[in-house]
Amino acid sequence: MIPELPLFPEQASTMAGPVDQLYFFLIALSAFFSLLVAGLIIAFSIRYRRRRVRLERPEDFGMLQLEIGWTVLPFVLSMVIFYWGAMLFIDLRRPPADSLEVFAVGKRWMWKMQHLEGRREINELHVPIGQPVKVTLTSEDVIHSFFVPAFRVKQDAVPGRYTDLWFEATKPGRYHLFCAEFCGSQHARMIGQVIAMEPADFQAWLSGTERGAAPVSMAEAGKRLFTDLGCVTCHQTDDSGRGPSLVNVAGSAVELSDGSSVVADSAYLRESILRPQQRVTAGYQPIMPTYQGLVGEDQVLELIAYIESLRDRGSTPLGEVTQRKTEAATEGTAG
Amino acid sequence: MTPDPSSRTAVNYLNVDYGVRSWLLTKDHKRIGFLYLVSITVMFAIGGLAALAIRLDLLTPAGDLMGDDTYNKMFTMHGVAMVFFFLVPSIPAVLGNFLIPLMIGARDLAFPRLNLASWYIFILGGGITLYAVLTGGVDTGWTFYTPYSTEGSNTNVTSAALGVFVSGFSSILTGLNFLVTIHRMRAPGLRWLRLPLFVWAQYATSIIFILGTPVIAITVLLVAVERSLDIGIFDPALGGDPILFQHLFWFYSHPAVYIMILPAMGVVSEIIPCFTRNKIFGYKFIAVSSLAIALLGFLVWGHHMFVSGQSVNASLIFSFLSFAVAIPSAVKVFNWTATLYKGSIGFEAPMLYALGFIGLFTIGGLTGLFLASLGLDVHVHDTYFVVAHFHYIMVGGAVMGYLGGLHFWWPKISGKLYPEWLARVSAVIIFLGFNLTFFPQFVLGYLGMPRRYHVYPPEFQVLNVFSTAGASILGFGYLLPIVYFAWSMRYGKVASANPWNAAGLEWATPSPPPPDNFAETPVVEDDPYGYTRIDPGEELQVA
Ligand code: HEC
Ligand SMILES: [Cu+2]
Ligand SMILES: [Cu+2]
Repeated sequence: MIPELPLFPEQASTMAGPVDQLYFFLIALSAFFSLLVAGLIIAFSIRYRRRRVRLERPEDFGMLQLEIGWTVLPFVLSMVIFYWGAMLFIDLRRPPADSLEVFAVGKRWMWKMQHLEGRREINELHVPIGQPVKVTLTSEDVIHSFFVPAFRVKQDAVPGRYTDLWFEATKPGRYHLFCAEFCGSQHARMIGQVIAMEPADFQAWLSGTERGAAPVSMAEAGKRLFTDLGCVTCHQTDDSGRGPSLVNVAGSAVELSDGSSVVADSAYLRESILRPQQRVTAGYQPIMPTYQGLVGEDQVLELIAYIESLRDRGSTPLGEVTQRKTEAATEGTAG
Repeated sequence: MTPDPSSRTAVNYLNVDYGVRSWLLTKDHKRIGFLYLVSITVMFAIGGLAALAIRLDLLTPAGDLMGDDTYNKMFTMHGVAMVFFFLVPSIPAVLGNFLIPLMIGARDLAFPRLNLASWYIFILGGGITLYAVLTGGVDTGWTFYTPYSTEGSNTNVTSAALGVFVSGFSSILTGLNFLVTIHRMRAPGLRWLRLPLFVWAQYATSIIFILGTPVIAITVLLVAVERSLDIGIFDPALGGDPILFQHLFWFYSHPAVYIMILPAMGVVSEIIPCFTRNKIFGYKFIAVSSLAIALLGFLVWGHHMFVSGQSVNASLIFSFLSFAVAIPSAVKVFNWTATLYKGSIGFEAPMLYALGFIGLFTIGGLTGLFLASLGLDVHVHDTYFVVAHFHYIMVGGAVMGYLGGLHFWWPKISGKLYPEWLARVSAVIIFLGFNLTFFPQFVLGYLGMPRRYHVYPPEFQVLNVFSTAGASILGFGYLLPIVYFAWSMRYGKVASANPWNAAGLEWATPSPPPPDNFAETPVVEDDPYGYTRIDPGEELQVA
């Protein structure tokens, strides 16, 4: 059997090509400078090897010009590389607006994935090709890192906060998913797969479950939690409850009791559930109990999905779950 | 020349006194340098054995040699021993201690007692860390990332952190001692711009010791505090911020890279003029670039955190500054190369190491540009690409420099010559073994193999086998100098005061030097590296 000897990873995302271009440019540049230095060393070593009679070197052979030259040239070159790398990075850090959203929670030693439509997976992530996918990451315990070499993307999953990455797969297949941040005993076994599928296959996969029944969407699951955990006793559709109404809160500016204001993004919503005393909404008493330890990160994500679905004050009664982005996503994949 | 200074009757620092007591209570910087040499060689052996175990385990994708936890403890032990107890002290504590007073024409360091105390603190720190290793080990990696180190790991993190904390004081005190010595104790006429570049490099390194080490010391102490007292500093479950740890850790640990490489650059700047019989090209640029590296090096720590969730703007600034700090290093490489021009080049072992250093450091530096490039770092961060890169800098650079320096000054340190041909052969073995070990790791890293993995997908195996093969060659190469240096202490040919015909005050005193270095305080009248004045026909003394 001939052993495999790959020298180069597969390109399976839209960013893989651009990242590799910079890689090849840098390889060429490195080869040039390494060979230049090595070539000069070897040439000088041969030409000027120790002999009886020695050549006298002139005291100043273009000293200052040389020094300026080999300071300025590397600087200019490195600025070109800086700019190139920075542009790629900005692209990698900005998920397109029409991205499909999925969620991944790291936990020693596995990845728990959630799709808005409700499918959950462990150590596997199904995604459609030809559609940007944004993965929101967090961790139940220590820092992990979500790394898909074939897509050239990586992002740490940090406990206590949300981070994200995005990619657009270009060809169907199964790709390695590695945990790249050391997380203890079985760090090296925290390996999974990203499974890229044709959009139609993905849709079929998304609407099925292992048991055949239609999956419960994240927002729907969040709604159930909202009742089961008693949130609903304080948070009503109108401001009649002991807590503020959560309709239209997601994404809006919230006035805080210390006079400042904050945009209610998912990080803020998460903190409001797990550490409510941290930032208290103006006009309310800090009476909300902490849910730290009572709900897992996956459930927090469901609660947030539910809160984010609470739009259209008045027209939609509280609890009417609206689908978020999924329609757009479905349309996108059809095209 | 002086009357044969190494005749058996001459009193020198080695024969002035005998017995364990005379060594353990010595205040002579040369003896203290020797004590460090022995202690860090032990640490190098420990770290090296761990590396060997790691490489053997990686021969097969399933990691058949050891269990998950053992493997994790092995790479932690390798990193902790090599970084904190070998590389950081290597050139400063051994060669710097030995050479700085000799090079500046002083009788000792400014604070000889403090110098001995630094060694004891180092031994204490090393002892605590070894205790942590022997009583169960540590598995966090040398980086001690939180919250794993504070909440996740149930190994001896606290005592290992304490060991690192304690040994930090050794660095701080050594740095302080060097700075005061270089400022206050230079021989008459030895102006700043006449200082050997090795001394400039030690000066820059000492600044980092003093400014950086307190930060890492406090940081690992905070880890120990959070672990034992459950105070929320880094653990988000206790209200802390895990990313704060990374900021604090890299604020020291990036400059620590320069603690390891700057002194090696200083060594190379001494060796190259001697073996080309040329003045160093661009003296001022090399001296200033050491300082520039030391200071700029404090501003780039965030390049370790591009995928940690750090803001895009912060990442942009850290990337920019990381490119900037590469420039002074490039300037040095060009200056060394230019020094060869119209020289009279000899290829004794120190020079082979110095040339090897330039080659490997160049590759290490250039691959640093890959990592400083934001969009590319996202892919290669925390993979074997990074492992290969920093081994090119720290092993290909710092260790090659250290070995080059040891060979260059061995006649001065021991009064004996090492076997030259064997040394040349081992320099070549080390160079080849090193490249076979670490070059495949660049490829592995770009393929996507994460670091700290001891089981891996089968397609990575061939490259890992290459790497392990290289590591065995490299290990053998390192064994040779340890053996022949020890051998030469007893059986080596007696060295003259200046076997290389080198310039520099350290060569103007007998080998080994007398206890108080110079019979008369030397007076310096010339710039360093006055090699054009040396008769080219004069033979070198080599064994
Ligand atoms: C005992 C009553 C009570 C319960 C039960 C309760 N909350 Fe609250 N909640 C409050 C109050 C009062 C505030 C406003 C003061 C503050 O920010 O702490 C609040 C604030 C919030 C906010 C921030 C809203 C804003 O406008 O800034 C969110 C989000 C939230 N709660 C979600 C939940 C969820 C989800 C649950 C159930 C898991 C829950 N709450 C359970 C009383 C409650
Ligand atoms: Cu991990
Ligand atoms: Cu760094």
